[in-house]
Amino acid sequence: MTTAKAVKNVPPHPMDGLLRTERIPHIWCPGCGIGTVFSAVLAAIKNTGWDPNTIAMVSGIGCTGRMAGYIRLDSFHTTHGRALPFATGLKLAKPDTKVIIVSGDGDLFAIGGNHFIHAARRNMDMTVVCVNNFNYGMTGGQQAPSTPLGAKTTTTVNGSPEEPFNLCDLAATCGATYVARWTAMQVRSLRSSISEALEKRGFSFVEVITPCPSSFGRRNRMGTALEMMKFYQGRSVIRSDIDPSEAVVDIDREIVVGKFVDIERPTFMDHYEKVNRLNLPQWRAMHPDHQKGR
Amino acid sequence: MNGDEACCEGALAAGCRFFAGYPITPATEVAESMSRRLPEIGGIYIQMEDEIASMAAILGASWGGVKSMTSTSGPGFSLMMENIGLGICTETPCVVCNVQRAGPSTGLPTLVAQGDMMQARWGSHGHYEIIALSPSSPQEMFDFTIRAFNLSEYYRLPVIILADETIGHMNERVIIPQEEDIEIVNRRKPTVSREDYLPYEADADGIAPMANCGDGYRIHVTGLTHDDRGYPAMDAKAQEKMITRLVDKIRKNRDKIIRTQNLYLDDADVVVVSYGISARSAMQAVRDARKDGIKAGLIKLDTIWPFPEELIRSVASRSKAMIMAEINGGQMVLELERSAFGACPVSLVSNFGGRILHPGLILNAVAKAAKEKT
Ligand SMILES: Cc1ncc(C[n+]2csc(CCOP(=O)(O)OP(=O)(O)O)c2C)c(N)n1
Ligand code: SF4
Ligand SMILES: [Mg+2]
Repeated sequence: MTTAKAVKNVPPHPMDGLLRTERIPHIWCPGCGIGTVFSAVLAAIKNTGWDPNTIAMVSGIGCTGRMAGYIRLDSFHTTHGRALPFATGLKLAKPDTKVIIVSGDGDLFAIGGNHFIHAARRNMDMTVVCVNNFNYGMTGGQQAPSTPLGAKTTTTVNGSPEEPFNLCDLAATCGATYVARWTAMQVRSLRSSISEALEKRGFSFVEVITPCPSSFGRRNRMGTALEMMKFYQGRSVIRSDIDPSEAVVDIDREIVVGKFVDIERPTFMDHYEKVNRLNLPQWRAMHPDHQKGR
Repeated sequence: MNGDEACCEGALAAGCRFFAGYPITPATEVAESMSRRLPEIGGIYIQMEDEIASMAAILGASWGGVKSMTSTSGPGFSLMMENIGLGICTETPCVVCNVQRAGPSTGLPTLVAQGDMMQARWGSHGHYEIIALSPSSPQEMFDFTIRAFNLSEYYRLPVIILADETIGHMNERVIIPQEEDIEIVNRRKPTVSREDYLPYEADADGIAPMANCGDGYRIHVTGLTHDDRGYPAMDAKAQEKMITRLVDKIRKNRDKIIRTQNLYLDDADVVVVSYGISARSAMQAVRDARKDGIKAGLIKLDTIWPFPEELIRSVASRSKAMIMAEINGGQMVLELERSAFGACPVSLVSNFGGRILHPGLILNAVAKAAKEKT
């Protein structure tokens, strides 16, 4: 990785305001799908029209987690798996902040799996974008809890003997208020889904099936980055509003995409406010305007 | 009130308004008190799914601009180690109270020990400096918790309170001063514009002003080695610069951070060094020794880390012997030996945990050392 000097004399990028341009070039491999997802995240944030000073990005560790280093927002690159509890503290300390978490499938569902299920259960008001590239990109392509049964990684050279999680089903089961999945190629749907997720009150989750050409693609002979993009898109079928347990990800047959959950449910803060309002006169005195904050 | 409750009250007095924790004996009462008290003053209590999450959450809350704290004991303290390192590297003010019980592993959950002294110093990977305080009474639990917050806000790091089961569960009178009589330190804020702000550029005293999330500075915070801008910098030079500052901001301010309570040091032949609950046994032993005509003295370590090397060195050079009294197999005695630097013999009075040190045991050691020819 390079410590980039300020780039001079380049035409302005449409997302310049939200990009730490002085940190470009980024560390992602040529053709990596994370860049596409990052652009979608930036566009979705722009789309909300929110004051950038009221938005924070939190990530864990991994190739995806590096997004936090390129966005010109208050941004936190934490420890592997711990983005969600860090974000929980941040959100509760500063309830008016919109918190967006970006991280990998390994970060959020292996080492961070415990935090994911509890953040969803509590309905913490935040948006999680998970780049699912079916492996641990950062460390060279090892098996992840999302690695398809039989797929090759550096630690499953004969094919993975484990069945993967259905991430959207897990999110829905644990209580997420908004759950969607797209492939990185479906840019427009992805962008609008992330926008919706950001606007949603409660724990919203967007999974993005993303090519990792350098590791997962190479080991499973999936061709170039572009071929991989097209392959995932070609396998995808849009079936919005079906039960997320039926929204399978089977890269040999079909990848079900769409919006699977969009419900209302009180958040952690709603409940915290309520129990304290009911029982504590002090709280009532301190928080006359209890609808404030999300 | 008991020590755990005093810790809670100290935290609130210091301005703590966020607590994330996970129940564990003998620290549970800190969390329980916090869960009752915080909502009463508009704060947030959250019980996390584990201690890893608790530590992560208090770091997040601190960046949100709210003074934050967690409490735990051995097994939970072990789980917090990685994120304590994140707090060190990102210079995040917060307080961790470890009410120690006997280990390793699940050990003796309900019984006293002081076995986590070195873990507090070196438990997270890599090289760094830490601040840790050790209270010897519920009153000190209250006072030291306030001081822990003040130090963490000033020096920008997680400050550890190394209490123990006996202090945590002991009931004693605690005097809570008037609000205006309590000294409160708050983190230094940047005064320059966003364009001119370098989040990790330190002032002359080695401390960098801290912008909170939402202050408009749009900071980047990472546990990777970083430059003054807070951006990852992956080379030895950046590492050297960053760690030098993290280490120096504590080392160079040692005199301001270190506090001890000294008894009869002026003419002491035999000096007992101790801390936490053991310092109370040691105090009794030293008083009893004086009654027996032995010139004994005491150094009670209020700050464990950084260790008072200079004080020990000078006392050792004019003492006949020094004795460490602690409930572990011999941890701080290593620091005592190192600091005494051969100027006088150093010995240890200890047990492996489960019970406090009997003053008689320390008195015997003092009497024996006093008789020894030099
Ligand atoms: C506690 C800990 N264990 C292991 C690692 C090494 N590590 C760094 S990133 C990573 C996996 C990243 O995979 P994923 O979350 O899927 O992100 P990706 O790189 O694929 O975007 C691992 C195992 C670490 N940094 N910390
Ligand atoms: S290793 Fe894979 S996920 Fe990481 S940057 Fe390269 S292509 Fe992208
Ligand atoms: Mg991955």
